[in-house]
Amino acid sequence: MIPYAFNYRRAQSIAEAQSLLKGDAKLLAGGQTLVSAMKLRLAAPSDLIDISRLKELTFIRREGDALVIGAGTTHHEVATSATVEAAIPALKVMAEMIGDPAVRHKGTLGGSIANNDPAADYPAALVALGATVKTTAREIAAEDFFTGMFSTALDENEIVIHVSFPVPERAAYAKFRNPASRFALTGVFVSKTKSGPRVAVIGAGSNVFRVPAMEQALATNFTADAIKGITIDAGDLNSDIHASAEYRAHLVGVMAQRAVSSAS
Amino acid sequence: MSKITLTVNGKSVSADVEDRTLLVYFLRGQRALTGTHIGGDTSQCGACMVHIDGKAVKSCTMFAAQADGSSVTTIEGLARDGKLHPVQEAFREHHGLQCGFCTPGMIMTAVDMIARGAATSRDAIRHELEGNICRCTGYHNIVSAIEAAAQQAGASKAAAE
Repeated sequence: MIPYAFNYRRAQSIAEAQSLLKGDAKLLAGGQTLVSAMKLRLAAPSDLIDISRLKELTFIRREGDALVIGAGTTHHEVATSATVEAAIPALKVMAEMIGDPAVRHKGTLGGSIANNDPAADYPAALVALGATVKTTAREIAAEDFFTGMFSTALDENEIVIHVSFPVPERAAYAKFRNPASRFALTGVFVSKTKSGPRVAVIGAGSNVFRVPAMEQALATNFTADAIKGITIDAGDLNSDIHASAEYRAHLVGVMAQRAVSSAS
Repeated sequence: MSKITLTVNGKSVSADVEDRTLLVYFLRGQRALTGTHIGGDTSQCGACMVHIDGKAVKSCTMFAAQADGSSVTTIEGLARDGKLHPVQEAFREHHGLQCGFCTPGMIMTAVDMIARGAATSRDAIRHELEGNICRCTGYHNIVSAIEAAAQQAGASKAAAE
């Protein structure tokens, strides 16, 4: 498959990337979604600004009560980082579940959240952990960052620099994959934080969402039993050939219970 | 057009490529390295697997221009002095193929997973093969081949220590 013609540019700095990012230009990080979309001619950028080699975007560090990960950090790097494992083991486990080994070698945190695929895993982690997205312009709370299916609060030439994840007391991620495509039919990230428990769901709706009823139940009793009877309204959920909205609603409950049981 | 300079199977190569040229087309069309296959061409089947700077990636899902400055290894770069790579040998020994179309990708993935120490059990090997599709074998002998090659690699590492 051959995409529409475009100009390839490799940025030497974030500042240069920003100056090149105008009109129909797009940033290229791991390219594991964008390149496929271009091959299908669903995306036709005029220019690709390659930011994958920018060292200033590739780092993992512990800063006090937060784990800070550069936008250019690959899923493989997150999945194999001792710093991530020590701070938020659930994030390591989640990164290990993304795509396949080759996709994890290329795909990045920044690329995943900027694309905001409804079935992407990272949005659940960001929302459940109360993370903050640092961009070239500002800091955005995760819940304000993900605005809808494939859309975010990012402005035209705003670039994600890093994500800061407050380290929770406990957290876990559970996902139910489509057995053929291995994409998430539903994934639930739960956390127990200083400000209370959080439950964030991906794959089931058009955008990541929290489940307040579960969070309230978990606040008094952080066990799977505490959320057993809580049902999810199927009205707003996705329905397609892979799963009905009712089935996805059921999976949210099951995955949330599994995540709470395994939280560490 | 971009001028790219990269290392392919140990040799330095410079070439002019159209910016939209996928790495797999560059390798097959401009370098005549046709061992890297185009299967689904959708980033799912893994027939196009190569190593970029030592890591397995799908060459149908990156542009040749992205590989500028990198070191690329294809299936043709594994054998040394006419002798098959131990993983290639294991695929032959355990009959880890039928039609052979997916085999170059399977072997490139296997070499990568063994190097990362990820081929620790048959279950782990199956999990690691998630990005490679074979439509003939049912994977059984592929898993056996990788398991044997991983054990052999572990044994030679232990002997060296």
